[in-house]
Amino acid sequence: MGLLSKKDTKLITDPLADNNPITIQVLGICSALAITAQLKASIVMSLSVLFVLGVGNVVISLIRNIIPSKIRIIVQLTVVAALVIIVDQVLKAFAYSLSKELSVFIGLIITNCIIMGRFEAFALGNGPWKSFLDGIGNALGYAVILIIVGFFRELLGSGTLLGFKVLGDPIEKTGLYAIGYENNGFMLLSPMALIVVGIIIWVQRSKNKDLIEDH
Amino acid sequence: MEHIELFFKSIFIDNMVFATFLGMCSYLAVSKKVSTAVGLGAAVIFVLAVTVPVNWLLDQYILQPGALKWLGAEYADYDLSFLSFIMFIATIATMVQLVEIVVEKFSPSLYNSLGIFLPLIAVNCAILGGSLFMQSREIPSIGLAFNYGISSGIGWFLAILAIAAIREKIRYSNVPAPLRGLGITFIITGLMAIGFMSFGGMLTGGDDEGKEQTETAKVEQAEQKEENKLAENTTTINE
Repeated sequence: MGLLSKKDTKLITDPLADNNPITIQVLGICSALAITAQLKASIVMSLSVLFVLGVGNVVISLIRNIIPSKIRIIVQLTVVAALVIIVDQVLKAFAYSLSKELSVFIGLIITNCIIMGRFEAFALGNGPWKSFLDGIGNALGYAVILIIVGFFRELLGSGTLLGFKVLGDPIEKTGLYAIGYENNGFMLLSPMALIVVGIIIWVQRSKNKDLIEDH
Repeated sequence: MEHIELFFKSIFIDNMVFATFLGMCSYLAVSKKVSTAVGLGAAVIFVLAVTVPVNWLLDQYILQPGALKWLGAEYADYDLSFLSFIMFIATIATMVQLVEIVVEKFSPSLYNSLGIFLPLIAVNCAILGGSLFMQSREIPSIGLAFNYGISSGIGWFLAILAIAAIREKIRYSNVPAPLRGLGITFIITGLMAIGFMSFGGMLTGGDDEGKEQTETAKVEQAEQKEENKLAENTTTINE
């Protein structure tokens, strides 16, 4: 790896597991849960966050020395809002039905705590290249959880993955349905997203004892 | 009647936390003690009650397609709705600042209890979410927008109050070590959300008729479209 030094690789790989933005830093949960009933929506949401966080981190890092610290929140909000408008318009142009499905949650990337959190914690104190890597790393960490949750909810809830019927056809009784398998419609309802994330946290912390909290 | 329906609907059925997961970050971070949870909850009600009507005015008279008609006929076909994110968030940030200054000036005791939470609120998803849902659900009047702001704020307040009370108690129970803290909070919130889903039956009585009507209308439309297509096909074949 000539391009990335060891430190730089750590910036990307750390947020994937041991410093995951959702399960450890508790950031950006708002939008993570509501749109994960389908894998496709989770992937699109992850890509949008990847773009906004990667570019936003670079922009903030470039202008970090000229932002007066008193109004930095408003400056940050303006940068994010501009980037999110780009994402929203692109989605409306190329994937209209999907953007209808995600409805207000694309807009809510603006107040996604991951973005503001990384701006405050990292981009304001580091150079553009490092900030870019940090942004990509954290967005990937966010994406991993979103995709895991979306995978299980779509598979167990509607028996499909990305719309393909991987478990057979429930109406014609093929595949698993032939031996009496039924879809668990409950997985599609919003409360199950919380419980799935709870279970992910449980699994992760059982594997890595250092992460266990006192209360 | 409209007002009462919207009021209960936004508190219980479309509860910000349990139905749409808005404001989860602060919901999880500030729910360790009941007293701080009450402070943040009150601040959320307050800010939502101010920002939703203001953003409603903004949406109605500046942002919507054709909203600039009051400036003159040549502005009638402008569509500024792509600016709504940036306008809403700017309004929220300034309103929060304004509220902070006013409260500090006129009620220092209220400022002391709400003060530290007010800056936090500018980046709370529940506040922006309130305005965005107000826009996407097309709330018809400013009175209803005000009502929507207050009632969804109350819904959020109830949710954070409940979880804070549960978390204070759960400290004394024997939770499996890896689930402690965040994990169990997620699962409890999930169970509470399942509980809140039972309120969903409250307002269905009147809604069903309306839905059926629109559905039959849709089916009719689809049928008509197919007929049109068939007609087109036959004409092309004939040609």
